[in-house]
Amino acid sequence: MYPRPLAPDARMQRGVYMTIVAVILVLWLLPLIAVIATSFRSVEDILAGNYWGWPKSFAIGENYIDVFTETAMWRYILNSLIIALPTVLGVLVLSTFTGFVLSKFRFPGATLIFALFVGGNFLPHQIMMIPVRDLMVRVELYNTYFALIVFHVAFQTGFATLFMRNFIAALPGELFEAARSEGASQFQVLWHVVIPLVRPALAALAILTFTFVWNDYFWSIVLTQSDAVKPVTAGLANLKGEWMSAWNLIAAGTIIVAIPPVVMFFLMQKHFIAGLTLGAVKG
Amino acid sequence: MSFWIRNRGWATPALLLAPGALLFGVVIIASTVQSLWISLHQWDGMGPKVWVGFDNYRELFADRQFYTALRNNVIWLATFLLAPPLGLAIALLVNQSIKGMRLAKSLFFVPLVLSPAMVGVIYTWFYDPTYGLLALIFRAFGMEAPAILSNEHLVTLGVVIAALWPQITFCMVLFLAGLNNLDEEIIGAGRVDGAKGWPMLRHVVLPQLSQVAFLALAVSVIGALRSFDVVSVMTQGGPFGSSSVLAYLMYEQSIFSYRFGYGAAIATILFLIMIVFIVWYLWRMLRAEALEA
Repeated sequence: MYPRPLAPDARMQRGVYMTIVAVILVLWLLPLIAVIATSFRSVEDILAGNYWGWPKSFAIGENYIDVFTETAMWRYILNSLIIALPTVLGVLVLSTFTGFVLSKFRFPGATLIFALFVGGNFLPHQIMMIPVRDLMVRVELYNTYFALIVFHVAFQTGFATLFMRNFIAALPGELFEAARSEGASQFQVLWHVVIPLVRPALAALAILTFTFVWNDYFWSIVLTQSDAVKPVTAGLANLKGEWMSAWNLIAAGTIIVAIPPVVMFFLMQKHFIAGLTLGAVKG
Repeated sequence: MSFWIRNRGWATPALLLAPGALLFGVVIIASTVQSLWISLHQWDGMGPKVWVGFDNYRELFADRQFYTALRNNVIWLATFLLAPPLGLAIALLVNQSIKGMRLAKSLFFVPLVLSPAMVGVIYTWFYDPTYGLLALIFRAFGMEAPAILSNEHLVTLGVVIAALWPQITFCMVLFLAGLNNLDEEIIGAGRVDGAKGWPMLRHVVLPQLSQVAFLALAVSVIGALRSFDVVSVMTQGGPFGSSSVLAYLMYEQSIFSYRFGYGAAIATILFLIMIVFIVWYLWRMLRAEALEA
């Protein structure tokens, strides 16, 4: 291991080290800690300009209830889920197919297709903005859930293809040879060999894709207009504009938007990190 | 024999590849190409497109706002180059197995899963010159906090620092994964030879992290160039366009001024800058794969 591990019996040393880490961690998260603290401030304190002093009254949860009762937050959350969940499903299906083909078949143009999938994912979003928006307007999907679902499925399929291709390519080759020698068709290989083995990869891909789509802001403001379909990120940015001085509410809203990805990350940290680092690290 | 059985050697993979490839091809690749074409027209987004050749580019190259945005993109890029070394530093700090470190690591990771738009909101509040925590800290030292987001000399740096936060986290995650895959024998051999500290890091550890370091560098460069969310949420390019970047300028010109041809030209310039890095990334990735095979 590098750096050299501290000796297990050096308790003093380990205690000091951990204290230093804790201090750096607090500094690291300071902007977030400030938002969390503000989200628990009462309206009286805010009106009195008392943001950081001892609170006059404790308002645990008050701001969080207000965000839901006085803004369209429920609607935004529901919209984000209606967009993100079908997107995840679509991406998993499409990328299992593309990943299987691009890892197990050799044909002219395969490398080019693969490079386009990967490279397309690194493009600046603005280079697609005008045609995608125009397309959605023309097929009358602009300002509907479908506009965002179609775009996100298409875009995320790029990264997901890289992900699934690498995962399937790393599966033991004997399984495929055994299936083939038994006369299984390619479709049977996909169904009976690949799909049961890629389940852990699909779990990782699902949480990554969900997080990417939940956190998207650019396409939310480009492809939607009304509160009825607007996802949480765009919704909250709107609130920030409208409620300039009500930082206690904006702070509570920010925390609410942050919770789903953070919780999923904590529950499935290993999968999440394995997904993000794929390709760079073996093993 | 039916057509299906005779052709299933290629028919199955073709059928499986088609949905994903067609969707990606139409929505992502074709749109990109179409933008290049639109940049040669004048277009309000609804009426007919009028061919103007390179007029949009001529206008762009005479536009001071374009140079401001371009300069800011360079500032973003230069600052984002700090993300890999800082991410490595934190990774080295937390790569110890002490009780509580697992939780500390998880908490260090949090900025990575926050939406960039939320990061923008979080830092707007942090920088607030009257009530923000930064102002409080300045006052504790007897100083007055600068109004970072309304000062045209500080605003870009303020916005970049906000965006750097999740970027450093991303690099830290990559390096931690790399550190967990070090070849113990080589490290052990280095220790036997008396290597430690900086020489050990420089000559024994870093060479083993070259793949991760490359990925960290590539995602940082690309992330810096296509920054949009944080700028949009924190400043909308202001004050007076001083914190705009190409991505935001493009959005502003298209959506607010209905100048889609001009917007497409800005997007094309950004695309041409980024394609250099994208091709560089793809080339290295494919070459690494070819060497392995």
